[in-house]
Amino acid sequence: MAVAATTKTGARPSRAGRRLAVPAWTGTVPFLAYVGVFLLWPTGIVVVDSLKNPSGAWQLSNITELANPLVRGYFIGSFKLCLLSSVAGAVLGAILAYAVASGNPDGIVRRLYLSASGVLAQFGGVTLAFAFLVLIGPVGLLFHASWYYDFPWGIGLIYTYFQIPLMVLVFLPAIDGLKIQWREASENLGASAWQYWRYVGGPLLAPAFLGATLLLFANALSAFATIAAWENQIAYVVPQQISTALSSEVGLSNVNVADLLALGMIVMVAIVMTLYVLLQRRAARWLR
Amino acid sequence: MAALAPVGEVVREPSARRAAGVSARRRRRLNAFRYLVFTVFGLFFALPLLAMARFSLEGAKLGTWSVTAWSQIASYQGTQAVGIPPLISSIEITLELAVITCAVIVLLLVPTMIWIRLRVRWLSRTFEFLCLLPLTIPAIVLVVGLGPIYNRIQRVSLSALMLFWVYVILALPYAYRALAAGLGGLDVTTLAEAARSLGARWLTVIVRVIVPNMWQAIINALLLTSALVLGEFTIAYLLLYNNLQVELYSISRNTPNAGVLFATSTAALAFAFALLLILSYVGRRRRRSRG
Repeated sequence: MAVAATTKTGARPSRAGRRLAVPAWTGTVPFLAYVGVFLLWPTGIVVVDSLKNPSGAWQLSNITELANPLVRGYFIGSFKLCLLSSVAGAVLGAILAYAVASGNPDGIVRRLYLSASGVLAQFGGVTLAFAFLVLIGPVGLLFHASWYYDFPWGIGLIYTYFQIPLMVLVFLPAIDGLKIQWREASENLGASAWQYWRYVGGPLLAPAFLGATLLLFANALSAFATIAAWENQIAYVVPQQISTALSSEVGLSNVNVADLLALGMIVMVAIVMTLYVLLQRRAARWLR
Repeated sequence: MAALAPVGEVVREPSARRAAGVSARRRRRLNAFRYLVFTVFGLFFALPLLAMARFSLEGAKLGTWSVTAWSQIASYQGTQAVGIPPLISSIEITLELAVITCAVIVLLLVPTMIWIRLRVRWLSRTFEFLCLLPLTIPAIVLVVGLGPIYNRIQRVSLSALMLFWVYVILALPYAYRALAAGLGGLDVTTLAEAARSLGARWLTVIVRVIVPNMWQAIINALLLTSALVLGEFTIAYLLLYNNLQVELYSISRNTPNAGVLFATSTAALAFAFALLLILSYVGRRRRRSRG
């Protein structure tokens, strides 16, 4: 309300006469233009091109290519890997987040784990694959895991390495939001620790937990660097196949493969993120 | 409502209260659990990094120590035959990209955010949506659509520095959240009204009144952006540019187990870690000065 007052009274007096009245939203034009060119336009290109054939004519039947067993295989691979790494990351991350939350909020442990989580959740990438390669790969310093190059398990372990820190970052606020009064109340009523978690803490945290798991799922879905550095010969997941399709034009003829796969990913992420937002809204009820 | 407010405040400082609410036996059990968890996870997180650091210090014979790999970082020539430039040049490019991306993101985001907060409130939901959108559009998808756009950019300049255009988009959600947290803690309207009634122009209000009040948030945004640029691989790789991560990837493909690979990786990781550690200290100082 006060803003409106500022606008009316503050903007006018001295300069109104000299300058044309430019609407205030023009100030946001540079930003909108930038986002339009480098975010909305590329996304639009993906959507439009996926519905065209390589010579540029509309071809809506492309969508049926997503059901092609070969293409479906990449999506199933992605789904397996994301499910494995997001569930493992969510469960382990929740345990770690609880251990962090129950300590001193200004303590060294909490700060160390939080800033480490910030780095490790971000800095996965190529480096992470190298680190695991020298730890448990064929030249492993710790031991040589024979399953290092097995598809969901080897890479799943590596993904878990950046999923756990992300879980800590997104789930910690939910745990911090558990009021101590609820715990005290349940203790006064004679509840055991198990009963507290089963009937009070668990149900309260469930929406936040599921939401965070979905976020991890989307995170794993879009990860590319790590899996590219882990194995570059065989494509298991959609991002790898997009990369292959971009660098070589072979594959399904007659369709813009990369665009089509990208469209499939957009749809998948959109579904996951919509569910995430809905769950977050549900979780936010208790976290005030 | 009034009775609830102080209760809500207490929750912000969880530990002391929580510990007091739990019986002594339970607290002992909780501590045992915490130490176990910290040890196990600490090992899980530290071991791969230590292995990488150890490998970077491997001597010519297995099991010996040497710093050769580290001293090679500055002089490693890449594999020119396969078109990989010297390592040091890709490090330079990446650092320059980090600086440019940071500058652009601050110039683009800070004035726009303040302006929207002051004058165009009705845009704020749309603005937030646009800023967080890159989180839901994977980089690998973005790069598919960027092909035609980068074709045009490459007609003007072939430099890898042109990557900053899209890095700004990638960093947008992180920078936005850092800045929004800083701006949310300010009474922007009152500050602006005070400055305006003293005769300040809008530019003066933004640059000399509001920005100095949100330095911490700006620094946070800058650190997050730099960390992101240092670790970026997907877009550079698929648009055929050579940044640090792409260079490391190509070295690993052509000369597997090169010590310099692990030395550089370790150094880059340590650098990013230092940045984020600074960030956590900056955040703490701000909390202190408020409380």
